[in-house]
Amino acid sequence: MSGVTRSTCPYCGVGCGVLVDARGGVTGDPAHPANQGRLCSKGTALGETLDQPGRLLHPEVDGKRASWDAALDAVAEGFRKALAEGGPDSTALYVSGQLLTEDYFAANKFAKAVLGTANIDSNSRLCMASAVAGHKRAFGEDLVPGIYEDLEQADLVVLVGSNLAWCHPVLFQRLVAAKAARPSMRVVVVDPRRTATCDVADLHLAVVPGEDVALFDALLLHLHAAGLTQPAPGLEAALAAAAGAAPRLPPADLARFLAWFATTPRVVTLFSMGANQSSAGTDKANAIINCHVATGRIGLPGAGPFSITGQPNAMGGREVGALSNMLAGHLDWATPGEHAALAEFWRAPKLATQPGLKAVELFQAAGAGRIGAMWVMATNPAVSLPDAAAVRAALKRIPMLVASDCTRESDTVDLARIRLPALGWGEKDGTVTNSERVISRQRGFRPWPGEARPDWWAISQVAQRLGWDFGWDGPAAIFREHAAVTTLARPAQRVFDLAGFTTLEDAGYAALAPTRWPVPAPGVQGGRLQPMARCVPTPPRAPAHATSAGFPLSLLTGRLRDQWHTMTRTGGVARLMAHVPEPLVSMHPDDAGALADGALARVESAWGSAVLRLKLDPAMPPGSVFAPMHWTDRFAPAARINPAVNPAVDPISGQPELKHTPVRVLPVPMAWHGFVLARRPLPTDLAEWSARLPLAHGTWRHELAGEEAPAVAFARLRAAVAEPDAAWVTLDDAAAGTHRAALLRDGRLLAVVVLGATPALPARDWLAGLFAEERIGLPARRALLAGRPADGPAPTPTICVCHGVSAGRIAAAIAGGACSLAQVGEATAAGTGCGSCRPEINALLALAAPRVAEPA
Amino acid sequence: MKVVVVGAGPAGTRCAVQVARRVPGAEVTLLGAELALPYDRVALSRLLAGEVEVGDLITHPILALEAAGIRFRAGVAVAALDRAAQVVETTKGERIGYDRLVLATGSAAVRLPLPGAELPGVLAYRDLGDVRAMLRLAAEGGHAVVIGGGLLGLEAATGLAARGMKVTVVHAMGWPMDRQLDPEAGALLTARLGRRGIRFVMPAATVALEGERHVQGVRVDDGRVLPASLVVMSVGIRPHVALARAAGLQVARGVVVDDAMRSSDPAIYAVGECTEHKGRLIGLVKPALEQAEVAAAALAGDAACWQPVPDQAALKVSGTAVWSAGEISAETAEAIILRDEDAEEYRRLFLRDGRLVGAVLYGDTADAGYYMRLIAEQHVVESRAELVLGSSFEAAA
Ligand SMILES: Cc1cc2nc3c(=O)[nH]c(=O)nc-3n(C[C@H](O)[C@H](O)[C@H](O)COP(=O)(O)OP(=O)(O)OC[C@H]3O[C@@H](n4cnc5c(N)ncnc54)[C@H](O)[C@@H]3O)c2cc1C
Ligand code: SF4
Repeated sequence: MSGVTRSTCPYCGVGCGVLVDARGGVTGDPAHPANQGRLCSKGTALGETLDQPGRLLHPEVDGKRASWDAALDAVAEGFRKALAEGGPDSTALYVSGQLLTEDYFAANKFAKAVLGTANIDSNSRLCMASAVAGHKRAFGEDLVPGIYEDLEQADLVVLVGSNLAWCHPVLFQRLVAAKAARPSMRVVVVDPRRTATCDVADLHLAVVPGEDVALFDALLLHLHAAGLTQPAPGLEAALAAAAGAAPRLPPADLARFLAWFATTPRVVTLFSMGANQSSAGTDKANAIINCHVATGRIGLPGAGPFSITGQPNAMGGREVGALSNMLAGHLDWATPGEHAALAEFWRAPKLATQPGLKAVELFQAAGAGRIGAMWVMATNPAVSLPDAAAVRAALKRIPMLVASDCTRESDTVDLARIRLPALGWGEKDGTVTNSERVISRQRGFRPWPGEARPDWWAISQVAQRLGWDFGWDGPAAIFREHAAVTTLARPAQRVFDLAGFTTLEDAGYAALAPTRWPVPAPGVQGGRLQPMARCVPTPPRAPAHATSAGFPLSLLTGRLRDQWHTMTRTGGVARLMAHVPEPLVSMHPDDAGALADGALARVESAWGSAVLRLKLDPAMPPGSVFAPMHWTDRFAPAARINPAVNPAVDPISGQPELKHTPVRVLPVPMAWHGFVLARRPLPTDLAEWSARLPLAHGTWRHELAGEEAPAVAFARLRAAVAEPDAAWVTLDDAAAGTHRAALLRDGRLLAVVVLGATPALPARDWLAGLFAEERIGLPARRALLAGRPADGPAPTPTICVCHGVSAGRIAAAIAGGACSLAQVGEATAAGTGCGSCRPEINALLALAAPRVAEPA
Repeated sequence: MKVVVVGAGPAGTRCAVQVARRVPGAEVTLLGAELALPYDRVALSRLLAGEVEVGDLITHPILALEAAGIRFRAGVAVAALDRAAQVVETTKGERIGYDRLVLATGSAAVRLPLPGAELPGVLAYRDLGDVRAMLRLAAEGGHAVVIGGGLLGLEAATGLAARGMKVTVVHAMGWPMDRQLDPEAGALLTARLGRRGIRFVMPAATVALEGERHVQGVRVDDGRVLPASLVVMSVGIRPHVALARAAGLQVARGVVVDDAMRSSDPAIYAVGECTEHKGRLIGLVKPALEQAEVAAAALAGDAACWQPVPDQAALKVSGTAVWSAGEISAETAEAIILRDEDAEEYRRLFLRDGRLVGAVLYGDTADAGYYMRLIAEQHVVESRAELVLGSSFEAAA
């Protein structure tokens, strides 16, 4: 390995460029337009995720190691059988925004040309299908008109359903920096929750979940009444549909928002999952876009609607058409000639002739026994889809389930009959497209582990067994073919055009610099787009399922700052787990009733339930509860929230309504609460409720609760971590239900087991740190059982992940006189790394504000 | 004022010294049956183990007693009291008058009335004479049996083992020091002493002592005969009350005293192991000395009142730290237990109504004073887990 590799961060839709040095150290690429050298905590930790335990290294068939040949034969045979028995539509692919564009392209071609079905959908369906549908309705094509710079150039930035601070940290940093440089700039956050992003907001509109459409309809009416609208196709109908829209918001807040929007021509409305994941997600997108179309504030510097995706390559998937309602390269069935052109180009007489099943429908079909063969790539539907229990049952029903993944440790891989080892970040080669249409290279710089291979290769091998020769010798060839597809059936209105890449040499591909599409000719690249646009009527409507006396609260799901998806990668990084280390459900204290902070609570809907630790949070809007979607069987089986999420979908985009499920929250009385720290992960069935989390030094934390007598559980847990030639230090207070133990060998800490009758247990961080010690002397052993040093205070959670600064140290700095972010940064280095913790530092500053203000 | 103290053990000697100091013009006479200067009985075990010499045991050299104004007479045993005449009569017929009398006759080791109990080589463990006799026999090596695995029995056993004897302890309960230790601490102690070559036969009762002219073995109730050229009986103590009873003082198991250590005769006080206070006997030196102080104060005309604190006991065997205090029966109390296998440490605290009432420390007894204080203070314990971890975790709790 020599020198530095330029690549792209694989975590979120910002798509930051990274530089990887010879030792795997990762820094931001100053030359990349998305981040200009910045990185967030996830990106910074990329180097730590390179060596992942639990990699899938060899193909497996029916649970046994197999050769690639045998496994590919089995996959081909499975598809052949399904095709013969049930026809093309009994086969399916379920892929992911984690795939590179080339893999995506191969998967799409395999489904639509080889199998002859459009049953290929992606987890992007969960993320931004509504935005895609909204774009298509408004622009006739899936286009994001703006670029990131618009966020910096705008005078007003409206963030809708977007916790930018956590979900798109680098973009958030850019916004914060712009606002700091130009304080006249305003930020409005439209979100039911008071998220960390609200920290920079001049106004937080705590919309009632599901009323975003009403809000933007009201805005459209207001803009029209103010004489700010210009003629646009569909405007009259949109106004008619909007009539009477009345979002329930504090009138002064609403009025201020309407006035700001009306009087600020340079306005960007950025929307993401919070808007998309709704049974009216497409309408939300269009209600937003309508306001920009009607005012002509689109495709101009600092103005436009801006959909931002969650996944690194959701855009790439959209571009190749790897969704069931798209064909390929922005071609579709509806436009005359496009299907024929593609069928001819691919020489695919059986090219799928109509849209296929969307994610939720697809798994419903599988559950009904209508899918004979499915290939899942780089995603974990057993966890991430709503009504997850039904999805699991569906996966089990599929006679031939293939899973391609880099990890063996995924709930979906568990269920697969055939497992194919895929390459991970740093190993694979290809391109991704970020949310501002910039195509960047992901480059491999590490040897392929075990027998892992690129997904495109596995796909073309199976295709070959089914009689197709894709003829690719590498990703560059696929990329050229992808570019060629965008040139078919022209002349046409289609903006998506990669004609300039059809002749890209392998060397040019290898050296490809970040390039924004459209690329109509070599060396040309795109900028802002001003598509032909129309307004779309979006009558406000309530979420699919209303809250009721039985299910009085509305469940929102979302993600955590430092975690990615179902944690198969980030879950292994202690530094990232340190931020919110336990499955928590947040709720406003007023909704808590008899429920206590820190207790376990069951979040129950008509579809299912999950058990998480309750966090009472005044920042939550009353009436709503929030749970993160990351937790899986691997980490916290009982805390998987998706079984409780309703399967309602947007009728146009098919995107599930992840942001509104009527639920109730019930206490879960447990006989004991506890945790185990050990040098290896223990099974997650260790207790009725368990969550396991990696810590530094290769240790694992297991949060547990159960129903048997504490003493019985204690004996069981000790047995689970017991090791030969090791000795215990234990503390038992049977009457109080308190039991604690530490296991050591030659003074080296092997495990800690702590149980109590209540959730109030010693802090884990400090204990976890002791696993690094070579030798723990006799006096310190008692401290193990205390969970704190003999005379020291109890340690506090980590806030700044980059510099490992705890809440306690920050609080101490504030107490010591630091009264701004900058001063806290000087005193502790907290917040001076990626900056994603700054909102939390601000929260600590705010908490202390009255004290700081008082002269001591 | 003429004050006569009968018995020159720790309690009697302390009382004599204090009276001499506190009562102006007092003529203090200290009479001791043992032919020795006042010595530290508690340290006999260390003498037996060879850690100190006889001379080191002397607590009050004759010059010091003289300087304190005390007339000390060793080897003088009192045979009778004439309360009407306020006179004591020694075994040699000498009569000594008193204005105030202090009985500090201590207690005698119980000797089990077993067949063969009078054989030479069967000893009690109470005084210097006993230790001298043990050392003579131990010098010949061979087997020793200690009957009774209480605190003293174990000290005798380890002492004799240190002197090169093969020692077996016969104990009636399933674990040694059952009055001070819970079974788990007892088991740890058994194992530890076992590694020093001390064998335990328990639970077992001694049936007879065998031998013709000298003891040769100990027969236990399972039929075994344990070889022994030396047998030490350490099965408890009984207060010396014969004098008091004969004189018509109120006597139960011990000489009954009030809070000021006065017997039923206002001119006669009693202190130390010979007393019975509110139905309870004492068996340790600390309360004995406290009583001696209280009696001296009362004699000096000061208001004085003895307030017993819970007993604490420590095993004085080098390399084994064992301590217990207060109530240690688990039936009525809640237990908090700390164990460290590697360090061979163990502690069990006993709580009732949230208050510390007893403690057993094994292996590390540094926190003995801390727990003693908490037991005495009777405060409700705030954080129970920290309590068992010891005083160093107290502050930040
Ligand atoms: C080997 C051994 C180890 C011990 N270890 C400990 C320990 O570690 N901690 C602890 O707290 N306690 C210990 N004890 C107990 C402690 O020694 C006694 O509690 C303490 O000696 C009681 O003091 P006393 O003065 O009341 O009685 P004694 O010490 O028994 O003194 C009474 C004295 O009075 C004399 N006497 C009796 N009758 C007459 C009479 N008629 N005329 C004249 N003199 C008479 C006796 O000969 C004796 O010398 C131990 C005891 C022994 C034997
Ligand atoms: S903002 Fe997104 S793309 Fe950029 S470093 Fe963070 S996770 Fe990676």
